[in-house]
Amino acid sequence: MESPAVPNTVVISERARDCRKKRSKNKSQSRSQNVEFSHNFSWKSDKTQQIYSSRLLQALRQVQLNPSSSSAPQRGRAVREAADRALAVAAKGKTRWSRAILTNRLKLKFMKRSKRQRVRVSAGVSRSEKRRVGILRLKKGKNLPAVQRKARVLGRLVPGCRKEPLPVILDEATDYISALEMQIRAMTAVTELLSRASSSGTRSSGTGTATAPRADQLGSADHPPPMMYMSLVG
Amino acid sequence: MSSRRSRSRQSGGSRISDDQINDLVSKLQQLLAELRHRRSDKASAARVLQETCNYIRSLHKEVDDLSERLSELLETTDVSSAQAAVIRSLLTQ
Repeated sequence: MESPAVPNTVVISERARDCRKKRSKNKSQSRSQNVEFSHNFSWKSDKTQQIYSSRLLQALRQVQLNPSSSSAPQRGRAVREAADRALAVAAKGKTRWSRAILTNRLKLKFMKRSKRQRVRVSAGVSRSEKRRVGILRLKKGKNLPAVQRKARVLGRLVPGCRKEPLPVILDEATDYISALEMQIRAMTAVTELLSRASSSGTRSSGTGTATAPRADQLGSADHPPPMMYMSLVG
Repeated sequence: MSSRRSRSRQSGGSRISDDQINDLVSKLQQLLAELRHRRSDKASAARVLQETCNYIRSLHKEVDDLSERLSELLETTDVSSAQAAVIRSLLTQ
């Protein structure tokens, strides 16, 4: 049974989008301003990565505080889900895959996992027929099974794009790949930060300069190392 | 935005042109060409899609591995101090 929280998420993200549209239209009354607003946000920028890192650390802290599962693979999966959720939030709901990630989490909370898979399988069989026709039409009526097959595989890999036509899948995939690369960069930096914090925490706090973990490595490297950090850890 | 373009397509019938698709495929190819260090104008659409699928799968695997490492680290580390450092560097930007 679908919970009322699921449509709320979609409504909220759509309302946020409308507010953004109104705000940018009020600024300049032109459509190009809207495009500029979205280009200010990039998966490659350091600022995005730092914001994501702080969100990720917050989510990890919650995972740490609520050890609902004791086995290692389940903990790893919990971390992965937290990282994906933080990534989807960082996308600000502008892409299908981010909305799909956030909606799926809510669905999991209110539906049993087995029921969801059963629903998905039955829906997938009926939809694959329609989707095949849609992609055929895109290719001028010629049946190119290779491209069609690969497009469907790609649609399965990118969350939320199972039944979308090819151009949507391609568009979502480019954004998703940039987002994943940012996620990997940020998680690598966070891992380094935490491993250094744990190793320097176990060591005695003698000389404070040698092993100070540099949080500025998470983003741009133009800032002096946070010296006060050692006083927190040591 | 291209997402708005595709939404209008769904309402008005099949207005997608091959140019649009080729445009998107070439954009995808740009992302992948950096990875493969090859001239990017020789790949067919099927090849690009295949490489994209492989690349996304490898990215997923890397994220999974990183999550494993992070989950092991979480047992032994206090996150709050790392958080403080990140937030401080954010504020000093």
